[in-house]
Amino acid sequence: MILSLIPSTLRKATPLGYAALGGTCSERAGVVNIALEGMMLMGAFGYTVGVQAIESAWIGLCVGIAGGFGSAMLLSIATITFQSEQIVTGVAINILALGSIEYLLPTSERVVGLPELKLPFIGHYSILTYVMPLLMLMCHIMLYKTAWGLRLRAAGNSTEALKTLSLSRNRWQYFGVGLSGIFAGMGGCFLVSDVNLFTKGIIAGRGYVALAAVIFGNWRPINCVLACLLFGFADSLDLIQQWNIPDQLIQSFPYILTMIVLAGLVGKTRPPAALGTSEN
Amino acid sequence: MNNQPVSSVHTRNQFHTIQQFLNVVFPLTAVLVFFLFCGIVLLLRRQSPIAFYLTILNSGFSSFDEFAGVLFNATPLIFTGLAVALAFKAGLFNIGCEGQLYVAAFTAAWFGIHINLPSIVLIPLCIAAAMLSGAIWGAIPGLLKVKFGAHEVINTIMLNFIALALTNYLVVSVFREPGQMTPQTAAINKTARFQRLGEVVPFIEESNLLDSSFLLAILCVIITYVFLKYSRWGYELRLVGNASDVATYGGINPGKVIVWTMALSGTIAGLAGVSDVMGYRHRFLDSFSSGWGFTGIVVALLGRNHPFGVFAASLLFGLLNKVALDIELLLGIPRGLFLVGQGLLIIVMVCMEGFVIKRRK
Repeated sequence: MILSLIPSTLRKATPLGYAALGGTCSERAGVVNIALEGMMLMGAFGYTVGVQAIESAWIGLCVGIAGGFGSAMLLSIATITFQSEQIVTGVAINILALGSIEYLLPTSERVVGLPELKLPFIGHYSILTYVMPLLMLMCHIMLYKTAWGLRLRAAGNSTEALKTLSLSRNRWQYFGVGLSGIFAGMGGCFLVSDVNLFTKGIIAGRGYVALAAVIFGNWRPINCVLACLLFGFADSLDLIQQWNIPDQLIQSFPYILTMIVLAGLVGKTRPPAALGTSEN
Repeated sequence: MNNQPVSSVHTRNQFHTIQQFLNVVFPLTAVLVFFLFCGIVLLLRRQSPIAFYLTILNSGFSSFDEFAGVLFNATPLIFTGLAVALAFKAGLFNIGCEGQLYVAAFTAAWFGIHINLPSIVLIPLCIAAAMLSGAIWGAIPGLLKVKFGAHEVINTIMLNFIALALTNYLVVSVFREPGQMTPQTAAINKTARFQRLGEVVPFIEESNLLDSSFLLAILCVIITYVFLKYSRWGYELRLVGNASDVATYGGINPGKVIVWTMALSGTIAGLAGVSDVMGYRHRFLDSFSSGWGFTGIVVALLGRNHPFGVFAASLLFGLLNKVALDIELLLGIPRGLFLVGQGLLIIVMVCMEGFVIKRRK
């Protein structure tokens, strides 16, 4: 019975995973990312527009990534260059993204999805679901095994560390936030491609769930993706009819769990030391 | 090294004057950008910005009645704006107004439906119960912050979703009005309803939606102002927000202040839910708030966290919310335009703040 939930778990965890990896990159660089929701929405929007312009899901993916990246650049220009309050700016970007959709594309749109890949014993999933674990590994290696990752994490851990190496903290923060836009945009693309339909409420709070997963996973890429799998699994439990769990309880599961974890009742979370600070 | 000492050219007094000056300049610039942006978009649509501005003025100020409509739309925003501003003053970030107002609204509706008493007892009872539930919902993130060091931003966001799910469950599965498809509760008792001002004030038509929760909102503005400026608690709250260490040396327990500030903030946010249930809809409707909790952040920001500023900013956004419908119907402009403008307005505002204030330090 539990095994029958695996396909649904993977499908629900994929968009969360992308957004959570994005959130990890940005928060590791010290920029609080409340804007994941908006970035995902711009990604989904970009995908739809791209597919409608040229009947190609790949072009859609590219435009979607550009959409996420664009909103990330807006966030970074404001928070890094102008040193604006990061949380308020994130909220603003979410409002901005929602507003642009209501202005530009308030209707539901049918679009073609990304190709699916059928593998023996595993089943058939969207290509992005297969890319997910690869991206997770790449993020892990990038963050912990390369000089780039070291610098990115240094930007998030202290405002002074990069300065002593005469490196620009701003540049590495731009890098982290840029990555978060690209990944969150991909998550948005997946959501549209998965159901072949764009609606303005398609993200439905998944950006915030991803943010919860970032915290739940203690700002580490692999743990964050595992957290997304857990959230995806919990979200699939409503498929088991005889348990009769109220939908609302299932929906609030990630939030309740995150609050418990954040309170340190299960393990201890450790955010990047200079998260949210903007002195350079 | 790079941190230059605070320029000694400015005396403390001059600094204060500049600060006050910026407090006026920033919001005005942001609002100007907002209207310019809307104008440019209209030009791109080959529509006349003048007609647009005139529609706004017309829809808001052409008669007492229209203006009462603006006040009606501003009422919930006054509450949420004050709630965010109060928390801000203590250095806290309450993104959870949305959740707090849902919980409070449901509580108010429950008392209003199940208890039948004369107005003079029932209305205060409903309000008090709703305020209490808002306070509890607000105090949770405060407590978690003080006890476990969990950041209130994340917890308030999480509690928003939990409150939405909880009230959705209650209204769909337990308290749904019998025979109704819409997820809403039964109507509250007549004695639990606020007075429509149109029925007592001569210039306003009887059909006007403005009700006495607006008076409650004004009362809240004044109380918050006096509280922050003249009371001991208000002083402690501001001290914790400005210099937590100083507060500790001064014998104030910042943890305590954080918890009750969040509770107070939740209380005020809860009143936004009360105004909807007891003043307007007379029942709890699932996901009734159109993002008031989030608009509250914009309002507080634009009002520079000052109660009177919040009041002014609420009027602006009340006007915009009211006009959104008119410009959609009359000019065919999607209301998303205002949301985009709002987002832009915040970004302009925080960028100016970050750029000017932080650079000066």
